[in-house]
Amino acid sequence: MTTGTSIPRGAIGASMARKEDPRLLRGRGRFGGDFARPGQLWARLVRSPVAHGRLRSIGTDDAARADGVVTVVTAASLPPGLAIPVRLQVQDADLRDYLQPVLAADTVRYVGEPVAVVVAGDPYAAEDAAELVDLDIDEAPAVLDAAAAAGPDAPRLFPGGNVAADFTLGYGDVAGAFARADRIVEIAVEIGRHGAVPLEPRALLADPDPATGRLSIFGMTKVPVFNRDLLATLLGMDETLIHVHAVDAGGGFGARGEFYPEDFLVPWLARTLRRPVMWVEDRGEHLVAVNHSRQQVHQIAAAFDTSGRILGLRDDVVHDNGAYCRTHGIIVPELTVAMLPGPYRVPAYRGRVRVVLTSKTPCGTYRAPGRFEGSTAREQLLDVAAHQLKISRNEIRSRNLLRADELPCQRSMSTLGTDVVLDAGDYPALLAAAQAEADRLGYPDEVERGRRAGRLRGLGVAAFLEKSGLGPQETADVVVSRTGAVHVFSGGTSLGQGIETVLAQIAADALGADPDQVSVVNGDTDRQPFGGGSWASRSTVVAGSAVHAAAGAVRDRAAEIAARMLEADPGDLVSEHGRISVRGDPGAAVTLAEVARATAPASPYLRPGEPAGLSARRRFEVAHMTYPYGVHLAVVDVDPGTGGVQVLRYLVAYEVGRAVNPALVAGQLRGGAAQGIGGALLEEFCYDENGQPQSATFMDYRMPTAAEVPPIDVLITQDSPAPGNPLGVRGAGEGGVSAAGAVLASAVRDALGLAGSVGRLPLTPARVQELATNGGGR
Amino acid sequence: MKPAPFSYYRTRSVPETVARLAELGDGAKILAGGQSLVPMMNFRLARPDALVDVTRIPGLEYLRAGPDGLRIGALTRHRTVELCRDPVVLDGFGLLPRAARWIGHYPIRARGTFGGSIAHADPAAEWCLLAVLLEANVVLAGPAGARTVPVSDFFEGFYTTTAEPDEMITELHFPRAARHAALTEFAQRQGDFAVVAAAVSVDLGVAGPPRPGAACRSVRVVLGGVGPLPFVVDTGALGGQPAAAATWRAAGELAAAQIDPPADGHGGPAYRRRLAATLVERALTEAAAAP
Repeated sequence: MTTGTSIPRGAIGASMARKEDPRLLRGRGRFGGDFARPGQLWARLVRSPVAHGRLRSIGTDDAARADGVVTVVTAASLPPGLAIPVRLQVQDADLRDYLQPVLAADTVRYVGEPVAVVVAGDPYAAEDAAELVDLDIDEAPAVLDAAAAAGPDAPRLFPGGNVAADFTLGYGDVAGAFARADRIVEIAVEIGRHGAVPLEPRALLADPDPATGRLSIFGMTKVPVFNRDLLATLLGMDETLIHVHAVDAGGGFGARGEFYPEDFLVPWLARTLRRPVMWVEDRGEHLVAVNHSRQQVHQIAAAFDTSGRILGLRDDVVHDNGAYCRTHGIIVPELTVAMLPGPYRVPAYRGRVRVVLTSKTPCGTYRAPGRFEGSTAREQLLDVAAHQLKISRNEIRSRNLLRADELPCQRSMSTLGTDVVLDAGDYPALLAAAQAEADRLGYPDEVERGRRAGRLRGLGVAAFLEKSGLGPQETADVVVSRTGAVHVFSGGTSLGQGIETVLAQIAADALGADPDQVSVVNGDTDRQPFGGGSWASRSTVVAGSAVHAAAGAVRDRAAEIAARMLEADPGDLVSEHGRISVRGDPGAAVTLAEVARATAPASPYLRPGEPAGLSARRRFEVAHMTYPYGVHLAVVDVDPGTGGVQVLRYLVAYEVGRAVNPALVAGQLRGGAAQGIGGALLEEFCYDENGQPQSATFMDYRMPTAAEVPPIDVLITQDSPAPGNPLGVRGAGEGGVSAAGAVLASAVRDALGLAGSVGRLPLTPARVQELATNGGGR
Repeated sequence: MKPAPFSYYRTRSVPETVARLAELGDGAKILAGGQSLVPMMNFRLARPDALVDVTRIPGLEYLRAGPDGLRIGALTRHRTVELCRDPVVLDGFGLLPRAARWIGHYPIRARGTFGGSIAHADPAAEWCLLAVLLEANVVLAGPAGARTVPVSDFFEGFYTTTAEPDEMITELHFPRAARHAALTEFAQRQGDFAVVAAAVSVDLGVAGPPRPGAACRSVRVVLGGVGPLPFVVDTGALGGQPAAAATWRAAGELAAAQIDPPADGHGGPAYRRRLAATLVERALTEAAAAP
């Protein structure tokens, strides 16, 4: 039905303050660890202290007898054969042999692998008793170097070997392109192992209700409906008996909220013991237990013609996946090679990746998975190629970026089960806009000034392609209650990104209400049993589109009821600020509250057979992702005496299609850039030769602080609305981090005047000092 | 990251503390700010049976400069040293407030204590380096009364000292001023432990920056982060050399050649040697320019 209601201005596109802030800034947020139930027990994991070995026995008697201990559980106590399945199955990879068991039964494969769990009356007693669990492990050689582990003579972590998958994506005649090239440029680029490391570690409370058999879960985020369904399957329960509650979360970034061993253990313990069980991860555990990411070696080459145009591109990637394939399966390596050509015109491409298992913490996604890594390799290759071809770094990019008239561009590859179709945009225009913004902000002058003063100062540039809005669907419910309050029940989760605010703005816009009237609940599986979760920069796109549709349906229904109340034609009504009035007669109006009450059972305005209530559920389906894009520019100083790198200026230019809340888009980009600076310069999970983690504290795993992150300049463009969704929006979650490794590698390379590549991230002082002394790799 | 069980005592005087320590024996540790000890306990790297909290003992927080040098009470907060603007202290010991800014972050400086840092004996800690550089004395109270130990006889190795389990540091005594002195360090992040730290002093014989042609009477260089103890560089070769850039550079190379630093997550021995050379040169440049 069509109504004449108009969309109010200002709800979408306003940098309104976050709806989350009043509770978060006043300390009223409720995080997983904030919940408590009477009679609650505490779980403590016992983790493998060795990187690889055969588990001969686990002595639990002393721990079980310790004060306050209720039970000690090992794999022998659990249902046999429990392993955590892959959530995202791609490329027909069969990973069944490489899945992580809930508790190790006979072999341990990384330091930190859960082998037992102690349950006690308080967390101190549980931790004391966990030390008393006696592990008898026959140590085996640790497998640490992924390239070597892929070889035939390496010690095996699994009977089938250490290579979980080996696949190639691509299209076109790559061999022919390289055969007729005027110049071939090839470099090796290694990306260090680092990860999401949200500042709130994981927490989980499972509370069984003996009367109903229901299980309440607090602390699951990201993909609550998927986790609920998986947990139900593993526990042999009906999924509606599990209620995952909405909670706040101190950052997710891909790692939090995936289904980990603890996500089975804690609910299983609660059901078995018939008591609430709480588990709060500490930082020491977190750094060895939660998904790591990023560790790859790229051997990347491009074929160019005399004018510097790319004829072909090839990459051979060794991906270190750690000890198991977890819920992400092989999507990080897949995204790496599928997204590697980026925003460029690449007539022929082949990307091979070997997914190798090693004696380290298993890997998963981390904000911009595959793109941080691939963009670093590709952009560093372009910098080196520009040097060899004697053209500028901007010139090689603008010659090769796809033009607006070349889009949409279909690449004969798939990723995340969808075809790669670059939807729309003007990549060269954004590169030019970013350069102009950097000029306006004085970046080139700052480089010149520094160099004149004798500093090793460099400017970095990197272009990148993002992806967002992964389907296949998202569902939203919009309900107006008797007070006129608008309730949105969405399937995303609040990870600190501000999605409640964004969805409220979208709902207000579609409904003709004020954002203040709208409250948003994300990630409650009873309120929204069909949610797809918040990940892959999808929520504004897919949850936003679902909310848009549901709120639009409510607006239409409200207009229909209001027309009966006002004895007007629905086509003559205007919905604004929660009021529906007759056009040209503002006195003839009803409020949303009055309309909602008019839909109560027995209301005279309800016709026979019509359901009561003012609400709608809508589903948004999408077959293809939408591809945002951007450019990073950075100015750095390198201190040759210490190898220290100081980031002086940093600009993120990003095409977001339509910014629902520009301040939140800018916040996403700034936060991403801060994390990217960490991954490019500071953070690395290191291991010694025995596979012992060397970065197990915040002293040794160095996250950037405010002192290491300069003010981040942001240029948000809205020149290319996404064609695939009604709002025209593109995801904003990952564009700030995507090219951070690439741009800082570019800037350091420029500062040092290297001919070759920087070779490896992170650019630690020792590494930079060596580059300053000996020059870069080929 | 919960500490192993321990008992907790709070004492109100030095004699009470000494008596309590004697009663508790080897397993007790003094809590004097806890900025290193408590994290180590949470990691269960330190497992004291008992903590004796001395932070409420009155009268141990002071900086007093006099004819025999500078005396700093053991419970003086790092932040108190950092904020010290007493001209008598600044005249000759201005290095201490300047160096305090390198210590951790503000909350650490607000809680951590001078005596606690010396007792903890981290070989990269700022106060430990300055105590060695300036040849300080440690004043200890024990069952038999007070005794004074030169720092050269106090630090034994990583986190170990010659203090007895029933002794408590009450004061640090810096007998000699060092007008031309500086501490500099390098870490990748603001507030981190130094990868390498260099504390230096140079005796120019007069106040103020060196005049053209002036010579150094002597140079003293102490390095942190290169071994289990603050490392005193043999700088005999620099006595009488010109107070000029070439000498500071030579001092850096001299330091680099003498150390045998460990490899760790920050880099190998070669990197730390290069870092030492850089920092010594920079510290001496800064020290010579001091007023």
